[in-house]
This record gives sequence, structure tokens and C-alpha cells, in this order.
Amino acid sequence: MQTALFIEQLLNGLQLGVMLFLMAAGLTLIFGVMGLINLAHGSLYMVGAFACAIVAAQTGSFWLGLVASLAAAAAAGAIIEILVIRRLYQRDHLDQVLATFALILIFSEGTRWLFGSFPLYLDIPPLLQGTVPLPGGSRYQLYRLAIIGVGALVAIGLYLLITRTRLGMRIRAGESDREMIGALGVDIRTLYTVVFALGAALAGLAGAMVGALQSVQVGMGEPALILAFVVVVIGGIGSIKGALVGALLVGVVDTMGRFLLPQLFGLFMNASQAGIVGGALASMLIYIVMAVVLAVRPQGLFPAAKG
Amino acid sequence: MSLSRENWISLALLALLLAIPYAAINFGNPFYVTLATRMAILGLAAVGLNVALGLGGLVSFGHAAFFGVGGYIAGIMASHAMSMQPLNFGLFALPASNQMPAIWIVAMLVAGVLAAAIGAISLRTSGVYFIMITLAFAQMTFYFAISWPAYGGEDGLSILVRNQFPGVNTMVPINYFLICFGVLVVALILFALIKNSRFGAALQAARQNEVRVASVGIAPFRIRLVAFIVSGMITALAGALYADLNRFVSPSMLSWHMSGELIVLIILGGVGRLAGPLAGAMLFVMFEFLLGGLTERWQFFLGLLLLGVVLFARGGLIGLVAGRQRHG
Amino acid sequence: MAEPVLDIRDLRKTFGALKATDGVSLDLRPGEIHALIGPNGAGKSTLIHQIAGTLKPDAGEVRFLGQTVNQLGVAERARMGLGRSFQVSSLATEFSALRNVMLAVQSKQGSSFRFFKPVMRDKSLTEPAMAALERVGLKDRAHVPAAELSHGERRQLEIAIALALDSKAFLLDEPMAGMGPEGSRQLTGFLDGLRHEAPILLVEHDMDAVFALADRISVLVYGRIIASGSVDDIRNNPEVRRAYLGDME
Repeated sequence: MQTALFIEQLLNGLQLGVMLFLMAAGLTLIFGVMGLINLAHGSLYMVGAFACAIVAAQTGSFWLGLVASLAAAAAAGAIIEILVIRRLYQRDHLDQVLATFALILIFSEGTRWLFGSFPLYLDIPPLLQGTVPLPGGSRYQLYRLAIIGVGALVAIGLYLLITRTRLGMRIRAGESDREMIGALGVDIRTLYTVVFALGAALAGLAGAMVGALQSVQVGMGEPALILAFVVVVIGGIGSIKGALVGALLVGVVDTMGRFLLPQLFGLFMNASQAGIVGGALASMLIYIVMAVVLAVRPQGLFPAAKG
Repeated sequence: MSLSRENWISLALLALLLAIPYAAINFGNPFYVTLATRMAILGLAAVGLNVALGLGGLVSFGHAAFFGVGGYIAGIMASHAMSMQPLNFGLFALPASNQMPAIWIVAMLVAGVLAAAIGAISLRTSGVYFIMITLAFAQMTFYFAISWPAYGGEDGLSILVRNQFPGVNTMVPINYFLICFGVLVVALILFALIKNSRFGAALQAARQNEVRVASVGIAPFRIRLVAFIVSGMITALAGALYADLNRFVSPSMLSWHMSGELIVLIILGGVGRLAGPLAGAMLFVMFEFLLGGLTERWQFFLGLLLLGVVLFARGGLIGLVAGRQRHG
Repeated sequence: MAEPVLDIRDLRKTFGALKATDGVSLDLRPGEIHALIGPNGAGKSTLIHQIAGTLKPDAGEVRFLGQTVNQLGVAERARMGLGRSFQVSSLATEFSALRNVMLAVQSKQGSSFRFFKPVMRDKSLTEPAMAALERVGLKDRAHVPAAELSHGERRQLEIAIALALDSKAFLLDEPMAGMGPEGSRQLTGFLDGLRHEAPILLVEHDMDAVFALADRISVLVYGRIIASGSVDDIRNNPEVRRAYLGDME
């Protein structure tokens, strides 16, 4: 097995993991603080990507596009929180699932209506183009390394936010006792809107960054959403640490699985069969891992908030 | 015999459903027969989910797995029957058949085993975890199904000739409608019986208050597992019928969108109500047909409708017409 | 002396640094009402959970009807005959009072895996259920959904359910809570007669009821039993007075 290829795939796994962390952190915060399951998170990812692509195309600057993606996703998040989401906090999970599923339909079809079904293109900014040499001799996209870097920064930033700021304190208090913080005079409604918008912004950032690697199109958020849910469940609902561990685990396992399993089966099957069986198992692998984790620890690896 | 308002509505809906194809034929527009058949089949799938979701309160976001399994069994049996090859499972072989009753039995058995396996693991979790793990299992089934090139892979599997039913020419649309309608009626009767039975009482009580059920000596896990299995079997039967209707098994039958759609059908009609799934299915198919004819973006409006129902008309169509449920 | 119906031996349960149950032993003998009192935070709920089966003790034994039941779950202990009422009423809220009791009758009779006969027409379920409701005085409210019952009525319903189970022992968690004076008086009278059917472990704050009903009283403070004896013993016990009763008569 070539070391270079192995390292490259490992880095790809980290990059996927970082992107998943951005999605999962928002999801798990929203669940931990507000007790809400939000299927529309994938739509916010898509909004971020579209905003970035459009602004970047208009202004020629990826960086402006990135700012726009954060702003647009946060704004979209705040708007739906105020209009729809805040009616759902007292409802049961079924209602939350259905209402946010409805939002997916509205966002997806709405976006298709506005921008059509064809993908938009987003270019990697000149600063981050090109490749970087890796141990083992191959070269790796600088942009992907940058994504990993951004993820690390966000993780540190979130940690500081949660542990060192007043907002973070309110978030932590809100996670452990929702009624109490209301009694303490914290403005719950604003807090919830802020948390939701924060989660949305993270999703939008993820969408924008990935948009330059793949294309920007309707429905791009859905595979990301499903994987993000798997991450949140494995990591433990309400735990940012769990989201980080889970995201890296899922990202690496998924990527390495797709890389290694066909090779593994190739050891005792012919190439095309190995491709089929290995590929099938690789697609299922993450879900198998999740089922195993839940079978053993029904609350995930680092359960934080009460269900 | 005095019937409750709700039962009158259920009968009225069934009568309406029965009337549609005959009216269609009368007015020379046979396409509507297919539409009505679709309503019956989706209604059946939703009746299945209603056992787990409506009665049991189990929010399964993975029922597409059963729907798809039913479809694939129909497709696989049909293709093996055509090529006259038995299904070879290594240790034993099952003779293929293109007779619907045989296919239905196999589909329900396979789905039952799958539901038992999924349920045994999933029902140990609750709340959001349950929703997610059922979704995960459905995804697994999806990826498993599309990785068999012999059975179509990502392109799906065609059923060249619709499967047979003894004594009936299934190729005639109205005949096939009547078969599906008949199955739907049987399923509705079964649902009503279950709901009013001791099993149904324990299941619904467990939905309302799990602790209460355990403290009178009934283990909620076992009740729920059986409900989940029955639920999966009925939905799989609908999947088999659906595959035969379209003469095509699409992998999208296994997608999480399908799982979401099934839940939407129930919520539109009314969760836990006898005719809720049917009302929801009829509403959905009409909406899709009428609005889909006007604009490709009809799902946008479906989203709005769904949002409206969840926020403001939680009891669904049946809830609006028949009022809240009374549980004796 | 016959073996006690319920026998708790040296039960221990710790949550992190908190010793919620610190070596508790007590028993419940046939025909008696054994009251368990103690200040808030003493660990009464934790103890009840361990007896009922919702919580597993770290050490010690719970014996019911001569058997160790540590490994049995809530449902199994209930089937053996451990009837329980909840501090905060726990009922199937959409079901009527009657259907709530019918559930207990159904459980008593054995299998819940019957799929075809409608329960509302099944006299073997409705009649015993109505009888239980009548005993607690809820016959006229039989068809009212549990959510619509008053607080006191829900208490009565919980007792009716425990009756329908033909319980061999009753575990009652603050049945008087939230009842007005008239309701308390009626319930006290009812429980007085109930003890002859099955002994009662009564967790209570209402001292009038406790002194009127109890054959024995045990006092739980910070997870330990600090005193156990007759009503007079406890009333005159200086430690108890200090810890709990304050300057009560």
C-alpha cells in the first residue's frame, strides 16, 4: 500500500470530518439548548453555498462570498427561527421533524425556482490554489488543508465561546436547565435565536467551503445533513466535544473505508466483485458503526444534555 | 348499528376511492384508475406505518426500508420467475414465483425478519435517537440494495410483465385497482381490530405513558417490537403492490425522502386515526397530480401545506372533520 | 414471625459524591401500614425507585414475597404483586379512568398479545375494572379521560389501578399530597381498611395521616434510617424531633 495515497486519503477523511463538525456542532447546540431536532440544517448549508457562489461571481472575490455566506445563512436561520422554529420548542419530536422537513421542501424548491436546476460554480480563491508536497512524495490540494485549518480554528473558537464568554455561559446553563435560566432573567427568546443563527452560520460556512470543491446545487445539503445526524448521534446529543470526536471518526472511517475495503476484498475476490462488495460495505459502514455505538451506548459516546 | 362519526368518514372515504376509477372509466379517462390505485397503495403503506407511529408513538424515519424491501421482493421474484431460476440462498433455494399471493407472503416474511432485527436494536433507544437509528438502518438498506448490479443497481429493476393473481387478469387497470383496494380494506379492518384489542390498549398506553404500563406489569419493549414488526410487514406489502403498479422497482423507494413522505401522509390525514392514512394518501396524490400539472415546483406548496398542518391543524384532515379522538 | 412481605436489606446507592441511600434496611409485615417519613432530600424517592425497580442499587438486597428481586425489572415486580402509586400521578392521559384500570386487569389476566377482541366489549376486563373504580369512589367518572380528572381523582385512580392488580403489597408515594382536608380524610379512611388486603409502605409528609394510620414509622434522613418504631416511639424520639418534626406536639 502506498504511503502517499494513504496519507492523502487520511487527509481527505479529516477534511470531511471538519466539514461534518461544522454541521454537527450547530445541530448539537440547537438540540442541546433548545431540545429541537432540525432537519432544515442541510438547507442552511445550501444557502451558504449559494450566497457565496453568487456574491463571488458578482464581485470576483471568494472572500466577500464567504462573508456573504455567513451573513446569509445566519440571517436565514434567524428568520426561520422567528417565524417557524420558535413555535416548535414545546412540541414533540414528530412535529419538529415534520415542520423542518417541510422547510427542506420549501427551501429546495424555492431555490430551484429562483436559480434553476443547474449547478453554480464557485472557484477556489487564487490564494489557496495549488498544491502542497506531502511526505511520501505526492501533492495535496492547499485548499483542502485550509479547510482542515478552518475547522480547527472553529473548534477552538467554539470552545472559547462556550467556556469563556457570557453567551457561552448562558448556553451551558440553557443546556442543563431551560426553565431556570428563564427564571434568572436571561432573555430566552433572543438566546435561542442567537444559538440557531450561530448554528446556521456554521452550516453556511461549511456549504461555502465545500462548494468550491464540488459544485453548488440544490440538494447538496442532504447527504451532509444525514451524515451530520449520524455524527451527532454517535457523539452524543448536546455535546460539542462529541460532535468533534464523532465528526472526525465518521469522516475518517467513511473515507478510509471507501479506500480500503475494496482493496481488502480484492485480496480474495476478483477486482470487479471486490469493487462491488467493498463499495457496498463502504457505503453502509458509517451506519453500521452508528448502529453498533447505539446498541452499546444508547445515548452516544459523550451524552451531555437530557434527551 | 350505530357508527361513530369517524367510522362514517372512513366508510365515505373508501366509497369515494372506489368511485374514482369507475367514474374515470365512465368518462373515458382511464388514467385516473392508475391514480386511484396509487392512492390505495400509498394509503396501505401509511396504514402500516400508522400501527407503529400512530398507535405506538414510534417515530420511525426508516419505513422506506420496508416499502423498498417489498418492492424489491416483487421485482426479484418476477425476474427470477421469468428466467426460471430459483432464488439461491446457498443453503436452500426458494422457487421463484410470479403469483402475487406467494410474492406477498415472501415480502411480508422478509420484511418481518428485517423489522425484528431493526426493532430489537432501535427500540432500546428512544426519542431523537430512535428517529436517527431508524433512518440509519433505512440508509443501510438503500445502499445495500443499489449495490447489486444483477438487480439493477442504481438504475432500479424493471418488472416486464406484471405479476399474476389467480383468476384475474392483472394487466387490466381496474382489476389491479380492485386487488389493491381489497388489500387496503383488509388492512384497515386489521388496524381497527388491533387498535381496539388488548394489544392495542397496551401499545397506545405505552405511547401515552411508558412508566405506567411497566408499573402495571406489561413490558413496553415486547409490545413495541411486535407492533414494529406488524407495521413493517404491512408497509412491505404496499411496496410489493407499488412495484407491480409501476412495473418498476426504483431505489428511491428506499430513500429517506420516502420515509418522510410516509410520515407526511399520516400527518395530513390524522395520526392514529383509522382512515387518517387513506385520507392523507388521497390528499397527497390529488395535490401532486393537480398542482404538479400546474408547476414543477409543486413540492414548494406541499412544504407550505405541511407546515400549515403541523402548526395549525395538527389533527390532520380527519381531526378537522371528526374532532378529537375519544378513547372510551 | 412470618417472613416480611417486603424486606430491604442494607441498600446502598451513590450518585457521584452523594450517598442517596446509605445502608437502608427496613421491612413490611403482613397487615401493617409502615410509614416512611423524612425531610426533603432525604432520599425517599431514590429508595422507592430501588424498591419498584426503576433504579438498580449499588449494593444490598430487595426481597419481595421471600424472593430476591434485584434482577427483576419494573414490569416483573408489578406482575409479582408490587402495586405502586406515584408522587406525581402517572397515568395514560388520553385513556379514560376505566381504560386505565382495564390495563391493570388485562395485565393481571396474563397476555396482552390478543389482537382481535375489542376490549370495551370484554366483560372480563370491564367488570373488574368498574369494581375497582367503585371501591375508590370513581364509578361516575369512569369514562372521563385521565387528563381531565381532578388532582384528587387521579390519586384515587392510581389506587384503583393498584387494587385491580390484586397487589400483595402497596408502595404509596405521598398519596395525600395536594389533597384538601376532606379528600385526605376520605383517603385516610380508605387506606385504613386497605391494610388488611395487603400491607402498605407509605411515604408521606402529612403527619396527621401518618400518626393516624401507621403501625410503624421509620425516619429517613440523608439516606439513613435514624429511627424506627411505633408512633409513640417516634413522636418522643429526641433525634427525630430535632431532625424533622421540629417542635411538633
